[in-house]
Amino acid sequence: MTHSLQNLQQPNVSSKVFIQRDYSSGTICKFQTKFPSELESRLDKQQFEETVQTLNNLYAEAEKLGGKSYLEGCLACLTAYTIFLCMETHYEKVLKKIAKYIKDQNEKVYAPRGLLLTDPIERGLRVVEITIFEDRSVGSGR
Amino acid sequence: MHLGVSESMRECEYSQISTRSSTPMETPYKKRTPKKRKWESFPGRNKFFCDGRIMMAKQTGVFYLTLVLILLTCGLFFTFDCPFLALQLTPVIPVIGGVLFIFVLGTLLRTSFSDPGVLPRASPDEAADLERQIDVANGSTGYRPPPRTKEIVINGQTVKLKYCFTCKIFRPPRASHCSLCDNCVERFDHHCPWVGNCVGRRNYRFFYMFIVSLSFLTIFIFAFVITHIILRSHRSGFLNALKDSPVVVCFFSVWSIVGLSGFHTYLISSNQTTNEDIKGSWSSKKGKDNYNPYSHGNIFANCCAALCGPLPPSLIDRRGFIQSDTPQLAPPTNGITMYGATQSQQSHMCDQDQCIQSTKFVLQAATTPLLQQHSSEPVILTASHENGGTLPGRASLVLGGPCTSLPLGQPTPPTSTSSLSCHEPADMLPIHGHSHGLQEPVAHHHYLTPEEVPSPPGMLPCGSPMGHNHTIQAGFYDPASQDSLHEDSVRGLVKLSSV
Repeated sequence: MTHSLQNLQQPNVSSKVFIQRDYSSGTICKFQTKFPSELESRLDKQQFEETVQTLNNLYAEAEKLGGKSYLEGCLACLTAYTIFLCMETHYEKVLKKIAKYIKDQNEKVYAPRGLLLTDPIERGLRVVEITIFEDRSVGSGR
Repeated sequence: MHLGVSESMRECEYSQISTRSSTPMETPYKKRTPKKRKWESFPGRNKFFCDGRIMMAKQTGVFYLTLVLILLTCGLFFTFDCPFLALQLTPVIPVIGGVLFIFVLGTLLRTSFSDPGVLPRASPDEAADLERQIDVANGSTGYRPPPRTKEIVINGQTVKLKYCFTCKIFRPPRASHCSLCDNCVERFDHHCPWVGNCVGRRNYRFFYMFIVSLSFLTIFIFAFVITHIILRSHRSGFLNALKDSPVVVCFFSVWSIVGLSGFHTYLISSNQTTNEDIKGSWSSKKGKDNYNPYSHGNIFANCCAALCGPLPPSLIDRRGFIQSDTPQLAPPTNGITMYGATQSQQSHMCDQDQCIQSTKFVLQAATTPLLQQHSSEPVILTASHENGGTLPGRASLVLGGPCTSLPLGQPTPPTSTSSLSCHEPADMLPIHGHSHGLQEPVAHHHYLTPEEVPSPPGMLPCGSPMGHNHTIQAGFYDPASQDSLHEDSVRGLVKLSSV
């Protein structure tokens, strides 16, 4: 079977860290910035905090109640929400921004350190999942 | 391990020799199953239509009644009253009536067909991580796990987050588990049988617009029907005029719908859910310092936020395709792991497969060196002596499948017949998981409304076997994260034995 060959090519997952939601400001989407101990050997605390803080800011922008979002809401109501057949909601636009940011961060910061950020939207906005891959220098468990 | 390598090498050679017809044989699992959409294996009790675009609760009978009532009333109005009124008074009346009617239908369908804000269940890795954290926090005891709550402070108010045993997550504030739909829903208001769906964060504004526009429509129809009767009774008798009009239906619905609209207007202006209002979570009667931490301060801001705020996206991605997830947690010393095995496919296996897999796992467990690392090994071995009834329960707990989907001949919950009143949610504390401890059933009776108690009859057969071996449960949570890789190793071992 080719699976044993695949084991050699792809790194094994050693563990996963889950950054939980921070509900201290209410129900808005915000993640805890507490640095998990499992990442200490791999990542700077500052780098991690910057990533999570940027994500929090982006989600805050998505859920912001302001003139622009009210205008969009009223316009949508008047057109019986058919306007969303041709236009994206503000939230969806920001989600695309977030996906791009995460891809960017993975390429620049996390992949070189053997880590992988998973977009929280794939986990129902519950957690930021960080997959820790085994060091290639260590044997892949044969 | 060397054995594993040489066996797999031999298998490589074997497949090379018979390449003529064996290309599909290399990946039998993947080729056999066509790509399914995620809604097809959704764990909640929902019905999906139009290839996942439409989502409703399981019992939709009352929804069809609502549709029929609205269509019938409006149909009678337009057929019998409008011609008369258009001629006698003004043709604007049917036009306004028509606009209102279309608005009512539109908002009703939007409320009924959209995702109310269902929270997807935790992936097995997440659930295992949470379990580990809880065990660490409480100090793992051999006995029943303590009730799982987390206290947080929101804007100065202490709020308790409860752990949902079905979805394996700590529910966000204001979320609740709907027992009829078997889902955790964000900002859960209530389950409305009249619209055939839960009312939650994503469809509350449509629900509100539906009841407000329906109030206007019923008042409108009622008023003009009365006008019609009065005008006509000048000519023919009063009773003659009465028999052609939908007065009776309108009369009763006006008061209830208008009352409901008024109630929800109050809820929106104070930014509360039906659930919170009924429980009196933020009422000043509970204490002088008790206030609603979610309120924006004034009525206008609360209304704007509820009705015109940004519409969050659906978190469950109904129409996405099921695909192999991120790589599994690898076993440290097992070279025959099937790397391509899909976690999501495993969790979506039918429960009989889960039973078979976990039985195999248990039987093969002694041969796998992994278990020597777990302190719960003796616990697992004793489980193999239990009857098969325990394993489905365990499998469903570990792999996230709901107990209700077990093939135990589960009847539809009796609450369906009594569901003509809108349900308030019951917090789904461990009635089907761990309610064997002495204290827990007493504590949880606070949360069970009378309608909820008979609701999971199918779950009890699942729950009761677990009741016999609660000592084992604590141990099971540890290998939860390793379960999928155990299945991999089992599958590998089975393949080996077949070569």
